Amino acid sequence: MGKKSIDVGLDLPLKIRARHAIHEVRPVTIKENFAPGNRSCIGCAEALAVRLTCKALGDNVIIAMATGCMEIVSSQLPYTSWEVPWIHTLFENTAAVASGIEAGLEAMVRKGRIPARETKIVAMAGDGGTADIGLQALSGALERGHNFLYICFDNEAYMNTGVQRSSSTPYGASTTTSPAGKVSIGQITPKKDMLGIVAAHNIPYIATACPSYPFDLMDKVAKAAAVKGPAYVHILSVCPVGWRSPSELSVRIGRLAVETGIFPLYEIENGKYKMSLSLPKLKPVYDYMRLQGRFRHLSEDTIKQIQQRVTEEYQKLVAKAEG
Amino acid sequence: MAKRVGIEVSVAIGEVVTMTNTDVIAAYPITPQTHIVEHLAKLVADGELDAEYIPVESEHSALSACLGAAAAGARTFTATAGQGLELMHEVLYIASSMQLPVVMAVANRALSAPLSVWGDHSDAMAVRDTGWIQIFTENGQEVVDNILCAFRIAEDRGVLLPVMVHLDGFHLSHVIEPILLPEQSEVDAFLPPNDYPLPLDPAKPVTMGDFGPPFIYTEVKWAQEVNLRKSMETILKCWGEFDRIFKRCYHPVECYRSEDAEVLLLTMGSFSETAMTAIDQMRQQGKNIGLIKLRLWRPFPFDEIRSAVRDAEVLIVLDRALSFGGPGGPVASEIRSALYNEDKRPKIVSFVGGLGGRDITVSGFSEMVNRGIEISKTGSKHEFEIFGARE
Repeated sequence: MGKKSIDVGLDLPLKIRARHAIHEVRPVTIKENFAPGNRSCIGCAEALAVRLTCKALGDNVIIAMATGCMEIVSSQLPYTSWEVPWIHTLFENTAAVASGIEAGLEAMVRKGRIPARETKIVAMAGDGGTADIGLQALSGALERGHNFLYICFDNEAYMNTGVQRSSSTPYGASTTTSPAGKVSIGQITPKKDMLGIVAAHNIPYIATACPSYPFDLMDKVAKAAAVKGPAYVHILSVCPVGWRSPSELSVRIGRLAVETGIFPLYEIENGKYKMSLSLPKLKPVYDYMRLQGRFRHLSEDTIKQIQQRVTEEYQKLVAKAEG
Repeated sequence: MAKRVGIEVSVAIGEVVTMTNTDVIAAYPITPQTHIVEHLAKLVADGELDAEYIPVESEHSALSACLGAAAAGARTFTATAGQGLELMHEVLYIASSMQLPVVMAVANRALSAPLSVWGDHSDAMAVRDTGWIQIFTENGQEVVDNILCAFRIAEDRGVLLPVMVHLDGFHLSHVIEPILLPEQSEVDAFLPPNDYPLPLDPAKPVTMGDFGPPFIYTEVKWAQEVNLRKSMETILKCWGEFDRIFKRCYHPVECYRSEDAEVLLLTMGSFSETAMTAIDQMRQQGKNIGLIKLRLWRPFPFDEIRSAVRDAEVLIVLDRALSFGGPGGPVASEIRSALYNEDKRPKIVSFVGGLGGRDITVSGFSEMVNRGIEISKTGSKHEFEIFGARE
């Protein structure tokens, strides 16, 4: 049975096989540098994303993390979930801290004070720590060209403090500081285009990923970590608490975010856009939104409006990749 | 032998930091600190200092980058002033709480508004509770010497705390003074290489900057307090060793003509030099007066202050900062509380002056002392008096 299943599909045309390569299962390391037993919520796709990220990064890494869910769940004294060197200092300064680590290692290696190990410096932050309060430090570090990887784990609101809106919260989502009410649909602004902002810094490698596509995520993180210079990976992380979705559906909801075109998977390598997944036909956004309490209040008209915007944005992105 | 050179104090800081073979400098320009970081940038650009220079986008990031560098085990330096120090505020706590031995020169500057680039001690006083060691200096030589001492104190295994060396903006940062710059061999003999225990290293993973729930937070903070107080021993030892090698001696509290003085004036920073001239003049006029210079602001030298002022009748304290709606000057306030339970203590008169770069001249100090003596006799309905303000 097992042997046969590997062969299944090998007779399909190459074009079709390429389209589904993203789902191809491969062996990965069983080593967990983000240890199990951390305090994340049931169904937390962000913890899954961090776990996969750590598998892709390996052991030769130093992680600087912003204040946020992943910091809180992984570092409560006297315990730690980290099998690799890890530092947390503040909320908004993670890219700057990473800059300092990189510069420190660079100088000490050059002076022969420590062995040259090509250790990768990785900054990790949530969407608030990236798109809002940490944007300046991130822009500075990208512009200065530090050799580091920045990963944004985007769960689309300040989940750690109780689901307040961020600039990364999508249009129409109800949060505790953008609540839906008699005269409001909830979040009234569209999600901030972090990828566009990062792309404007002309760094060598940028990608989006989602733990619902684990091999794609690990490939991108590994690729980003191999880049000499700044790299940025933006990972959509389903949050059952904040999105008010069933915890057992986190992986499916992540899939739907991609399949509806709401969160397209792509790379920008040296300015060149490349879609990671070819989607001949997008699923309706309703399929994604209906599973989440944060969108439950939206009228058909609003959903139509969202559908229109998602389709347009997706087509624009595809055009960039094809252009 | 060290050579005496005429050099701008900010430039001299760059020279001595170069001799420490600092690994990382992260800095953001702000007047009156700019000449320090400009000179360091030039030294790096010329290959005279082998360091990574990170031209960050804010002071918040400057100190944040220093945190990262220090945690990686690198020798780390930065400089700032005024608003820059305020923007660093929350980061200051992290450096001390996480025991990251960053050295920072602070060219003391007034705080806005109204905008003022000129000197006073508002910035230094606003960060007094951040857990840093804070050393005040009164001339260029003291700045250079204490920058060197700061690295040794900060990186000492028994301390591992960040150190600020305070120099008054413009009054010190921008003046050209004759300064004895140390020889490289002397610096090497005095300052051992930085050997940070448990740096961020994939060969030996550590978790730094954990989350501390109520069951452990108090213990962590108490340990920090004990460590900062205990750093006094290392500071004294470092200054003693400095004296041995360089023949210049520093103390947490320094006394000038204070033996048998009935009236004492207390100052910090560059104004102490002017105050000494004023003391000389007043002594000539037969006044029984002396000067106390407070060099070490944190950890606060309680014992040294108590014994230095015990026998005086009157202690006149000049603050270059205001605690709005409070006791007036932070220095006077702390000295009051240090002496409150003493059986024998002088009357304390508090003046606030020299704000936002306003000079206090020799005759100004005489005037302040006379007024202070008057207040000590008649009392004052105010907590403090502002010196030299026009009505």
